[in-house]
Order: sequence, then structure tokens, then C-alpha cells
Amino acid sequence: MKKKNRTWLRLFFLLFLVAIALVIDWPKEVRVQIPKPIINFESKAPFVKFKTKGNLVDYKLNLNIKEGLDLQGGSSMTYSADLSKIPDKDKASAMESLQKIIETRINAFGLTEPVVRTSKSGSDNRINIELPGIKNTDEAIDLIGKTAQLEFKEFKGQEFVSTGLTGKDLKKATVVFDPNTNKPQISLEFTSDGAKKFEEITGRNVGQQIAIDLDGKIISAPKVNEKISGGNAQITGEFDIKEANALAIQLNAGALPAPIKIIEQRTIGATLGQDSINRSLIAGIIGVLAVCIYMLIYYRLLGVFSTIGLVLYLIFMLALFKLFGVTLTMGGIAGLILSIGMSMETDVLVFERIREELRGGHSFISALRLGFVKAWPSIRDSNAVSLIICAILYTAGGMIRGFAIVLALGIIVGLLTTFLGTRTLIDLISKKKFVKKPWFFRVEKIEEIT
Amino acid sequence: MNLIKYRKWWYILSFIIIIPGTISLVLYGLKPSIDFTGGTVIEIEGLKDKVKVEKLAKDAKFENITLTETGKGYIIRSKPVSEENHKSFKAELTKNNGATEVRIETVGPSISKEITNRAFISVILASILIILYLAYMFRRVPKPANSWAFGITAVLGILHDALVLLGIFSLLGHFFNVEVDPLFITAILTVIGFSVHDTVVIYDRIRENLVKGTSETFEEVVNKSLVEMLDRDISTSFLAWIIVFVLYLFGGESIKFFVLALVIGILLGTYSSIFNSASLLVTWQNYRDKRHK
Repeated sequence: MKKKNRTWLRLFFLLFLVAIALVIDWPKEVRVQIPKPIINFESKAPFVKFKTKGNLVDYKLNLNIKEGLDLQGGSSMTYSADLSKIPDKDKASAMESLQKIIETRINAFGLTEPVVRTSKSGSDNRINIELPGIKNTDEAIDLIGKTAQLEFKEFKGQEFVSTGLTGKDLKKATVVFDPNTNKPQISLEFTSDGAKKFEEITGRNVGQQIAIDLDGKIISAPKVNEKISGGNAQITGEFDIKEANALAIQLNAGALPAPIKIIEQRTIGATLGQDSINRSLIAGIIGVLAVCIYMLIYYRLLGVFSTIGLVLYLIFMLALFKLFGVTLTMGGIAGLILSIGMSMETDVLVFERIREELRGGHSFISALRLGFVKAWPSIRDSNAVSLIICAILYTAGGMIRGFAIVLALGIIVGLLTTFLGTRTLIDLISKKKFVKKPWFFRVEKIEEIT
Repeated sequence: MNLIKYRKWWYILSFIIIIPGTISLVLYGLKPSIDFTGGTVIEIEGLKDKVKVEKLAKDAKFENITLTETGKGYIIRSKPVSEENHKSFKAELTKNNGATEVRIETVGPSISKEITNRAFISVILASILIILYLAYMFRRVPKPANSWAFGITAVLGILHDALVLLGIFSLLGHFFNVEVDPLFITAILTVIGFSVHDTVVIYDRIRENLVKGTSETFEEVVNKSLVEMLDRDISTSFLAWIIVFVLYLFGGESIKFFVLALVIGILLGTYSSIFNSASLLVTWQNYRDKRHK
């Protein structure tokens, strides 16, 4: 009696988990019109959007499987920052501001989820950038990598020297067009402080040239006709519209506090990624079908349970992917498909053990129970080894990390579905008379007495 | 069925499998990918004229160029290409030849050094942890067996699999330009996992049968356990194998050789677990028995 209760309890727990998983899995955006307007309400939960306005109720679950760069196409780059000229105590803040400035520059591309991270490898300070879905990587590289140190210089003696007016004194830079030539120019608007400096500089240089210097290169050296007040200036250089836009973005975001150098770049076209997804999807479906057919032919009734178990497994995995925001890469897909094979291994070990116990003359009910109990040690030991390997692979990063995470998740979920799902279902039918046929278990006969 | 009796033949068979790959490993070594050496890989589509592709790359000052044909175009490998050179190459490629660049990867020397170190560390760490785990797991095997024998023979089986796999990829590298990348290291570790799986299932049964304590000799117990587990070892391996095989046939291009390594490795792992590891266990035991007499 007690045993029976436990089985029902487990079934209840299983159904509860499946229900939660299904809610997460389901595509989600529900809008309901209710007859009477209620209080306007908006929830601020992390994944769930719940909003009522007038007589509309909006519900949206914001969970999606994220696709990695190799699947949706895009670029990842690693830059190394040269902090040799920055004192030790300011290095951390320099990296922080590098990150912020690069983020601002990248925002110009309007990508959905760009990532800019800083990392350290030995004494090397790195910036890792991921630009999913970007089409013009070369432009991005130009935009990110340039220091964009703007400086106004005046002529003294034989050369141009600094005036102290730099990009830091800018309030805003915009691209405008010269009404006469229709060429792009950069219009600069100084801060009040910068405007004062500019007025002084132009005041003492009337009739002379001043130079606008960008990263050590003079891009324009106009002649000053009169003192300029008001805090506006124009850069007319030889640039096309793309270059002008890039420069405006860079000037607005600010100059990089230290020069950076690209040391790794990987770009994958979107078509290649889509092709990978389609092909792995086909491979996955065929693989799952092949496995199910094998299990049904070889293990008959037990095979039916492992097929159900496989469906549960897929429901759970999908839910976990969404819940943990696992980024799916090609490596992750391989891990997923491989873990299906591994979860079936668990079933095989259990089912073979059940058949062995049946052949050994155990009663039907105890054979079904012993199958799970006695197969456990070898299942535990072999999966522990795989988990150790996953843990090691996790440290490798990149595509390999995706593989390791998914494989480890798959191993754990596989054990869960077999020992919670399949086991409970088999327990439930073990009392039923009609299942007690030797053919169902591919054995000669089933003992009647305990 | 007595599988253990023929163990000499299994050893000979394993040697025959190991030899060609090992010779290739010694003579040609492996072909490391840019992840380990640093360099640039560019995949282009829409231009199938090899001479033209080569000229384009040379004009853009690419160094050490090698070309591999794909169905739709070429994969160009070279030393790390600067952003400027890459730009001029790309402009030429798209404007005057109507082709497209679908993938570019550049790995600088500092990154490649790190990746190489990390790969070494993970392989060594995995081996050590597995030996320790196995020795711990079988620490209480009843007499006359020895727990270290279980751990070490299992690892010998794994080494066999890893060596054959490395040999095959050395041959593939020499004849078909197949490269060894971090994913390949992953594949080897995964195969090791599978191989240990199969071995553990058999060894677990040996342990169980030893605990039961019969009048059979050690060799008989091992053979009995092996035969009893044969069905499920083949069944489990087949399931894993069929699924990676399907992935190899239909799956994406970028993980093709990773999956190929798994397809070969799972077969190897099953073979070595059934025919080598358990046999070695008996050989070890017999040798000890003889010495004690």
C-alpha cells in the first residue's frame, strides 16, 4: 500500500515537472480581451511580462533559445589592449572605460545582443567582442579599433604643437554636408570650456594655419580668418560618407584611453549558420527515429517506455535551455544529439537487467524493480566519468564549452527521465495483467509465483 | 563462447590496427589547425578557378597559402592576414569576381599558444582523473583481483583508442589535409568517456560475479562476465554510434571531422572494451599468479 502511494506521488511529481516544462517550452504571447476594464498593472518579473491596460491583458514569456555566432552568423573578435603607458593603479579603470567606449561605438550598428567583455590572460589585457548578426564586419573593425584621439594643434616655430584642445572638449559631433560641394563634413560642437579654449586659440592664430590631428595624423589644416566664438567648428577632410559617419561615432563615444590591437577574429556568414541548423535538425530527427525504432524492435514493450522517456527528455531539455539561457552553438547541437544516445544507454542497461532478472526466475514485479536497482551502480560509475570529462571540457571555452554544458545537462536529464519518468510509468503498469506477456519482454516465460 | 581464450589474437589484431597510424604519426605527425599555430582561414563561395583564387590571395600579400576545395568554392589558409590586406582581398573578390566570403577566422600567435597549452592541460588532467576514479571505484574488488589492475587495464584500453584515433587523423591530415583542432581534442576526450563507459559496465559485472564467489577461475569469471555483458555493450554502443553516424551523414560542415572522430572512436572504444581491457586483466592476473608460485 505504501509502495503504491509512493508511485503515485512520483507520477504526480513527474507530471508537475512536465507541466512546468511545457509552459516554458510553449511559444508564448497571449493577449486576451476581457469584458470589463480592470486596474492598469504591469509586472516587472525577469522573464515574464504581464500587463493589463484597459480591457486588454497581455502575457508574454520572454524565453528564447539563444543561437551562438556560428549558427546565426556574426563576428567575434578579441583585442589586446596596450596599457604600457598607463600607470598600474589606473589600468583597471582604463579597461572599464575601454569597454564602455567600445560599447557606445558598437551601438551604432543597432545589433540585438552585442557583447563586450574584458578578460585577462597572464599580463595581457583583452577585450572580447561578439557581434551577432553583423553584416559589415570590416566597418565594425575600423570603428572599434581606432583610438580616435582628436587634437587641435597650432603652428609654433617649425612644427605643429598641442593646444590642449582635444576630443574631450567635444559636446557633440555630427555629419553635415557642405552646401556647395555636397561633400560630407564633421560639425563639432564644443563644451563651454572647449568653446573658450577654441576662441582663444583661433584668436591668437588669425591668419595662421591650425591643424586638426587624429591619432597622430593631420587630417585637415584650415587657415584661421578670424577669431571664432560660439563653440562650433567644422572638419573638412577628404573622407567619404562612411568614414565621416565612423568618425562622428568615434568622436561622440570618446577616444580610447589606450590603443588596442586585434589578435583574433572569427566571422561566419548567416547562410552558413542557417545551413548548419537545417542539416543538424534533419540529422537529429533521423537519429531520434532510428534510436526509437531500434528500442521498439529490440525491447518491445520496454521500448515503448523509452520512447515516451525520450519525448520527456526532449521536453525537459528544451525547457532547461530556455530557462538557463544556454547559447546553442554547433558544438551544443552535437552535445545534445550525443546525449540522446547516452540517455538511451541508461535505458538499455536497465532493460537488459530486467530481462536478466526475468530469465533468472524472479517474479514479474520484482524483476521490474530489480532492473532499476541493480543496473544503477554501473550507470552511476559510467556517467560519473562522462561528467568528469564535461567538467574538464567546460574550462576550454568557445564551441567546446557549449558542447560540455549541453552534454552534462543531457546526462543529468537523461538519468532523471529514466529513473523518475520511465521507472514510474513501468511501476504503474507492473500490476496490470495484460502486460505480463513474455513476448513483450523478449523472454521465454515469466514466472507466476514470487 | 570463450572470448578470453583467444586474447592473443585480439592483441595481434590491435597491433595491426595501431601500426599504420603510428607510423604515420611518427613520419608525418598531425596537421594542426590555425587555433594551435596562429593564422587565417577564409572560406569563399562562388569562385571555382583555383589559379584565380591563388592569384587573388597572393596579390593581397597572403603568406604560406594553401587552398582546399569545397563544393562551392575554396578554403584559403595562410599566416595571419592583416586587416588591410584582408580588405583589399575581399574588395577584389566581391567586385571583380562576384564571389562571396562566407567565413573568416584569424588567430594571432598569443591566442594560439594559449589554446595549445589549454588542450595539453585538459588531456593530461582528464587522464589522471580517470585513472584515479577507476582505481577508487574498484578499490574493493575481492581477491584474487587487484584494484589497480582494473584501473590500469581500463586506461590501457583508452590509450589504444586514443592512439588509433590520432593515427587515423595523422593519415587523414597527410592525404586529405584534415586538420586537428580543439574540437578534435574534444572528440578524443568524448571517445575516452564512451570507452570507459563500456569498460565500466564489464568490470562492474566482473566485480559482481567475483563477489558471488564461485569455484571458477579468474579467467572463467572474466569470460563469463564479458559474455553476459556482450549484448548490452553492443546495444549501447550501437545506439550512440548510429546517432553520431546519422549526424555525420546529414550534419553541418563545420563539425564534420569532429563527428567523424566520434564515429570511429565509438567503434574503437567498444572493441577495446570487449576485446582488450578484459583480456589484459586476465593476462595481468595470470602473470601475477605465476610469479607468486
